[in-house]
Amino acid sequence: MHAFSELLDQLYFTAGNNAKAAIITDYLAHTPDPDRGWAIAALAGTLKFDFFKRNTVKKLMLERVDPELFALSYDYVGEMSETVAHLWPQTSSSEQDALPSLAEVVEQFQQCSRNTVGKLLAGYLDSMTAAQRWALIKLGTRGLRVGVSARTIKHILASYGNVDVAEVEAIWHGVAPPYTSLLAWLEGRADKPDIRGEVTFHPVMLSHPLTDGDLNSWSPADWQVEHKYDGIRVQLVSTNKGKALFSRTGDDISSAFPDVLEGLTSHGVVDGELLIMHGTRVDTFNTLQQRLNRKSPTKKLLAEYPAGIILYDILIQGEDSVTEQPLSHRRKVLETWLCEQNASHLHISPTLAVDSLEELNDQYARASEDVAVEGLMLKRRASQYVAGRPKGQWYKWKRQPKLVDAVIMYAQRGHGKRSSFYSDFTFGAWQGDQLLPIGKAYSGFTDDELKKLDNWVRRHTVGRFGPVKEVKKELVIEVAFDAVHPSTRHKSGIALRFPRFHRIRWDKPAREADSLDTVKALIDTPASRKS
Amino acid sequence: MLFTATGSDNGGQVHPSEWITVNDTGLYCQPADTYIDPMVPVAQAIITHGHADHARAGHQRVYATPTTIRIMTTRYGDDMAEQHYPLTYRESVSLGDPDDPVKLTFYPAGHIAGSAQALLEYRGGRIVISGDYKRRPDPTCEPFEVVPCDVFITEATFGLPVFRHPPIEREIQKLLHSLSVFPQRCHLVGTYALGKCQRVILALRDAGYHKPVYLHGALLKLCELYQTLGVSLGTLIPVSEVEDKQSLAGEVVLAPPSALADRWSRALPDPRTVMASGWMQIRARARQRQAELPLIISDHCDWPELLQTLREVDAPEVWVTHGREDALIYQASQMGYQAKALSLLRFDDEDEPA
Ligand SMILES: [Zn+2]
Ligand SMILES: [Zn+2]
Repeated sequence: MHAFSELLDQLYFTAGNNAKAAIITDYLAHTPDPDRGWAIAALAGTLKFDFFKRNTVKKLMLERVDPELFALSYDYVGEMSETVAHLWPQTSSSEQDALPSLAEVVEQFQQCSRNTVGKLLAGYLDSMTAAQRWALIKLGTRGLRVGVSARTIKHILASYGNVDVAEVEAIWHGVAPPYTSLLAWLEGRADKPDIRGEVTFHPVMLSHPLTDGDLNSWSPADWQVEHKYDGIRVQLVSTNKGKALFSRTGDDISSAFPDVLEGLTSHGVVDGELLIMHGTRVDTFNTLQQRLNRKSPTKKLLAEYPAGIILYDILIQGEDSVTEQPLSHRRKVLETWLCEQNASHLHISPTLAVDSLEELNDQYARASEDVAVEGLMLKRRASQYVAGRPKGQWYKWKRQPKLVDAVIMYAQRGHGKRSSFYSDFTFGAWQGDQLLPIGKAYSGFTDDELKKLDNWVRRHTVGRFGPVKEVKKELVIEVAFDAVHPSTRHKSGIALRFPRFHRIRWDKPAREADSLDTVKALIDTPASRKS
Repeated sequence: MLFTATGSDNGGQVHPSEWITVNDTGLYCQPADTYIDPMVPVAQAIITHGHADHARAGHQRVYATPTTIRIMTTRYGDDMAEQHYPLTYRESVSLGDPDDPVKLTFYPAGHIAGSAQALLEYRGGRIVISGDYKRRPDPTCEPFEVVPCDVFITEATFGLPVFRHPPIEREIQKLLHSLSVFPQRCHLVGTYALGKCQRVILALRDAGYHKPVYLHGALLKLCELYQTLGVSLGTLIPVSEVEDKQSLAGEVVLAPPSALADRWSRALPDPRTVMASGWMQIRARARQRQAELPLIISDHCDWPELLQTLREVDAPEVWVTHGREDALIYQASQMGYQAKALSLLRFDDEDEPA
């Protein structure tokens, strides 16, 4: 635990990715298993405890400090872990000799129950220094914020083992903390972990928003055109070890959608859009939201809002990977696979007949009228299934208004009857590893959503500048706007016209929000032409 | 604003709230026609200590301790005030109407060299304006002295229970440890020129570090002054006199915080940015300062020491200024004192020597 606390401290105060990587590499080389594996899990965000929550910490703290003083302190420090780390009473037992290993701490928290977590945590906090308390609370409540992303960790592991990062990514979801087999392979002490047949998430292939130039040399024969559905991206996995439904971030959402997992008769990994479907009729995104909010749905909810998937790709057929096959071939494989299933809630995404650019524009115009559809997908028939966002392979052409996925950066209280809510949001787009603010929005959400946003802001504040709160760069919103203009007044170089909330993407990782270049490319897009 | 007298039962005495007020210029003592630590030039000022958020140039008459006056003339020149009246600790002087005088007496505040609490007595009422103060041992100044009074004005720079300053020895060990881990890196330590700088050097010497310490030009004059005041700081070398800057690898260089990130520091070999300040306890603050190695070294009280002081001074009324007043006012009320905020115009706390 001591080494882990030192590691977090060093990472926190060290600027620069190379320096951070050097610190982590040094830690990996000098820390034994399984401690180092748990540290990787903590940094990569793959460590979860059922009962170690922010509220557990807060409750313990309020038993030990005046609530008024706690509130003032929290307000000043702006962050729960650090507030508690400093406020926790110093006891005479704050001695280092008895400090347990990271692995022991992790095991204890994994084994504890709702009733015992408080006592366990308090005991640890009593025996630690402020810096160690901070590390422990960070560990438990996920969200280390030491400037190291999961992706960075994979890169560091790859260079530690002198392998390609794609290799690490391919098996990442098939290996579990404390990653002993992974580290053994990276250190050349064992073979690469075999994850075939594991019920795991496989990294997905993503599309680029369509921009003007993309259609210049567009030839219909090379492209498969489909509707883009307004649901959430999921991956359905069925192997001889079991089956599961994963969100695009790799979260297992099987328990919320037991109906979707029914009727799978053969193995495979397929990619598609989760929707509420009454037969073939697609319901609104809002109805899907009702299901997403319930971890174990009632029979009534299942009957009222039956879930289905519109499938559009296949990664594994039976036990065999087909990702290196072209899309045109995978499509046939998918059709065959679907025929084998006994599942009427699974559908295939119809391909649209498009023989010219005019027909494409025509399809786009019609797609814009269909509320269950949010535009078109253009996929190169020759495309392999490549994890990540390969260039020039898949495009999404969203219907009007222009939409981009942006990350909320700052929040401010509103005015009038909204003055007690954080309702004015500054959002940004990526430029490399950095988010640049591109606009402000304060409308487009419902009152319920406003309450949720307000709550989210309060729980994710990382700093403040006068009335403005800086929040964790975690929440993606789909921003709708009428136009983008170049602007010299903003650092991002653009200004949005009438930006408003289109949808809150609670499910989408911030890293997958759009880049500034993507937004800039919308300055004049096909979507802005009346077709 | 005028504070109303509390119903303290002290016969014919006049409560300080009757004769101490706050106006746009600062804290004002009417019967002495004197301001305490005013931010703009006035006719007559009492200066508690030499930090720039308390001592400004241009007053006509200045009352301060001899050391504070030397600090002020070192910083602002001999003409920093038209007249100055050095007043040593525990000596008194009468101000205002000789027939109805206000008596001023200085007591040590333990903050920096020359720092004083100002006790004002008028018609039997007593108020202590403590300026900035701390309770930790500091070899450069006399320790804080508890002075009984009706009203105690306290700072609240670190007036939140999250603030608990570690011993300076432990923080200096962090610096020495870093020097051994990164022997090729120049350790560039950001310290305020007055007080913090000299304290850090002394703590290094106490920890057995006897190599020369290198100084940014802005720190020279005050270090020289401290040495003439009898504080021995060991060998100090201006960075400007080092011809081969590469020879500063593995050495300790002190500079004002503003110089850490500017062009001046680029000539240094692979500098490791260290920052010594009480604010360094809060991680986000430290990172804001781009400190790679934050040292929590403060010239103010931490929270337990503020409470200890309120208890020991035991003034029935406490006025809180200078920092995070809310929590200290709340806590003082809980402890049975009458407490209120005194809103004085000061610099933004980020720029203060803390
Ligand atoms: Zn001061
Ligand atoms: Zn001050």
